Amino acid sequence: METSIKPKIIVGLGSCGIAAGAAKTYDKLLALSKSGKYDFELAKTSCIGMCYKEPLVEVQDKSGSVIYGDMTDDKVIAVIEEHFATDTIVAGMAVHSSYSEASEDAYFNGQVKIALRNCGYIDPESIEEAENREAYKAIRHILKSEMKQMDVIQTILDSGLRGRGGGGFPTGMKWKFAYQNVNEQKYIICNADEGDPGAFMDRSLLEGDPHAVLEGMIIGGYAIGASAGIIYCRAEYPLAIKRLNIAIKQAHNKGYLGQNVMGKENFNFDIYVKEGAGAFVCGEETALIASIEGQRGMPRKRPPFPAVSGLWKKPTNINNVETWGNVPWIINHGAAAYAAYGTAKSKGTKVFALTGKIKHSGLVEVPMGITINDIIYKLGGGIQNDKKFKAVQLGGPSGGCIPAELGHTIVDYDSVNATGAIMGSGGMVVMDETTCMIDLAKFFLHFTQDESCGKCTFCRIGTKRMLEILERITEGKGEPDDIGKLETLADQIKNNSLCGLGQTAPNPVLTTLKYFRHEYEAHIFHKKCPAKVCKPLLTYTIDPEKCTGCTVCGKKCPSSAIEGGRKTTHSIHQDKCIKCGECFTVCKFDAVLVE
Amino acid sequence: MRIHRIQAEKIKQEQSPVDLSQLEHLFAKYRNKSGSLIPLLQGTQHLYGFIPAPAFDMISKETGIETADIYGVATFYAQFRLNPVGKVIIKVCHGTACHVQNANAITDAVQDELEVKDGETTPDGMFTLESVACLGCCSLAPVLMIGDSSFGKLTGKSAVKVIREIKDTMKNEN
Repeated sequence: METSIKPKIIVGLGSCGIAAGAAKTYDKLLALSKSGKYDFELAKTSCIGMCYKEPLVEVQDKSGSVIYGDMTDDKVIAVIEEHFATDTIVAGMAVHSSYSEASEDAYFNGQVKIALRNCGYIDPESIEEAENREAYKAIRHILKSEMKQMDVIQTILDSGLRGRGGGGFPTGMKWKFAYQNVNEQKYIICNADEGDPGAFMDRSLLEGDPHAVLEGMIIGGYAIGASAGIIYCRAEYPLAIKRLNIAIKQAHNKGYLGQNVMGKENFNFDIYVKEGAGAFVCGEETALIASIEGQRGMPRKRPPFPAVSGLWKKPTNINNVETWGNVPWIINHGAAAYAAYGTAKSKGTKVFALTGKIKHSGLVEVPMGITINDIIYKLGGGIQNDKKFKAVQLGGPSGGCIPAELGHTIVDYDSVNATGAIMGSGGMVVMDETTCMIDLAKFFLHFTQDESCGKCTFCRIGTKRMLEILERITEGKGEPDDIGKLETLADQIKNNSLCGLGQTAPNPVLTTLKYFRHEYEAHIFHKKCPAKVCKPLLTYTIDPEKCTGCTVCGKKCPSSAIEGGRKTTHSIHQDKCIKCGECFTVCKFDAVLVE
Repeated sequence: MRIHRIQAEKIKQEQSPVDLSQLEHLFAKYRNKSGSLIPLLQGTQHLYGFIPAPAFDMISKETGIETADIYGVATFYAQFRLNPVGKVIIKVCHGTACHVQNANAITDAVQDELEVKDGETTPDGMFTLESVACLGCCSLAPVLMIGDSSFGKLTGKSAVKVIREIKDTMKNEN
């Protein structure tokens, strides 16, 4: 007798999938399922990382699995019906398949999924599906085999895991300090205040596999002897918060949380979610603790470190979401298996959020030691519209840019630091020739200046002065000694700020000055923006060859700077032009030239 | 610096009276719990859409924290609003990915369309325009969010189109 497996259709419902219309796609499939026309099971999962092809729909049947991309609600039914009718892959629509070649295989093949091992594979709101993929196996093993606290810490030390929030401090070492501080009350904190604009690794992990983070925290709690864990999550991540709360409830019901965890006497552990209120500086651990305590999120001097005196002055261990997500895997597979990936000083894998002018924007998890070029060209598919790769920004506003000629740099903490950038939490914003590096530095400085808590003078006022200089450079009012002033201020801010925000705030300016000094000079001395971004430095003219005299630009020009009647060649009065770019935008014949 | 967010002249605006008795439930939930000031403020904003001026005194009485300190916390965090907002909040993403894909053009176009500046509400109380630092839909950049719906891969023109459509639906509803 032939056994038939009921086909399963899974829709990716992470934040970016929903933004791309996945909820409507799901509704269409639900209607199809209810119609009874086909017999299949409909399920949900979260982000698989392939944001550029959202909404994603996976079909699992007797042949294996196939993922279809761009499945908006107007396309999905046709594709699914064809799949069922022909019983095979619908040509041209599949992005990945277990049994056939598909268009995006290169994106999948270069990855090693440890932190994201379950993302896109399970329904994040089902603890059973997580358990089927090893969730809570590590803590069960620790408690059943009566592993000593120090043995757990030693395993993490041996794995070489370093803090994935950007600091890169050895995780096991942090745990050891917190373990050694004897106190009847200790705390575990999960830093989910992912504030880097352009990074969403933590959000995807929390939305896609909340149990991995919870289990990591339970293991950490056992190792250091804590009885409570707090997840400090950005309020801008409502879906992550919702799924975390569901996961915590389920873990309670199954005995993974609460009194006597999994029957282990005297091991009590609870986890709460605390919503952040929007402050980038709260990613800094002492500011984060102040915020949980209900105060303004302002950093304080260290020492004492949180391992000695943290939340409510008790020993506290803080790690980032991705760090926690790695912990159960290390316990399950051994420190050596984890340390087999990576370089001498940076072990394991790192998740990056690829965005900007790249074809495949989304999440990738790669082994440490891969080159930036490999991430951009092999996994990322190269630059949008096949333009020229100019630079990549690592580490967000605290990081720096790495120019295309250093694309051979390998991704590990030390190699990235050597370029002047930092690894950061994993934001990787790719820029092409149309990005002005001074404009970019200005953008980041505007951000850090706005987010400075105001405690340290150099961070509060110094960043403001730097921003003013950058603003005047991009407005064509740059002065010859501006570069020197920027360098002096950068040095002072770096050396006279208390926390990481101030110490790293000048990095975007310093790295762009290091690698793109000629662009600063072009702006200041020649009053030109080579990337044609800074509007006050541009000159608009009309190409008489292409102008058809349609009068559209003249009507749109807010300063009446364009002259010319119907069917006669137009021209722009440079003294009247306010460089708003409106004529360039509205011209259908590419007759407006920018220089 | 974060102090930018305090707009003294706007706070002075007349605020229509609100029913503060709803705060009692909130107070009961967090009574005697340490570190509950931020959840209290979040809960208040959830109820009213902003934090009404008299709520500060009530929270102060309830928690024993000085009004000035509560005000200090409320103005520190970007999430808290001290003024009523429009029926529809338009959030234009200005994360890095959106910035390099020209999010400024979106804000400019929406500002022109609604005739308000960033952070302001239209005189009819319909729309509030806000800039946010990353909605997390970087692959769809540039993005704006209205209510729970995100609109991606926008240009200034298509952003204005989205807003005009919403204006039309609101007109039809009235």
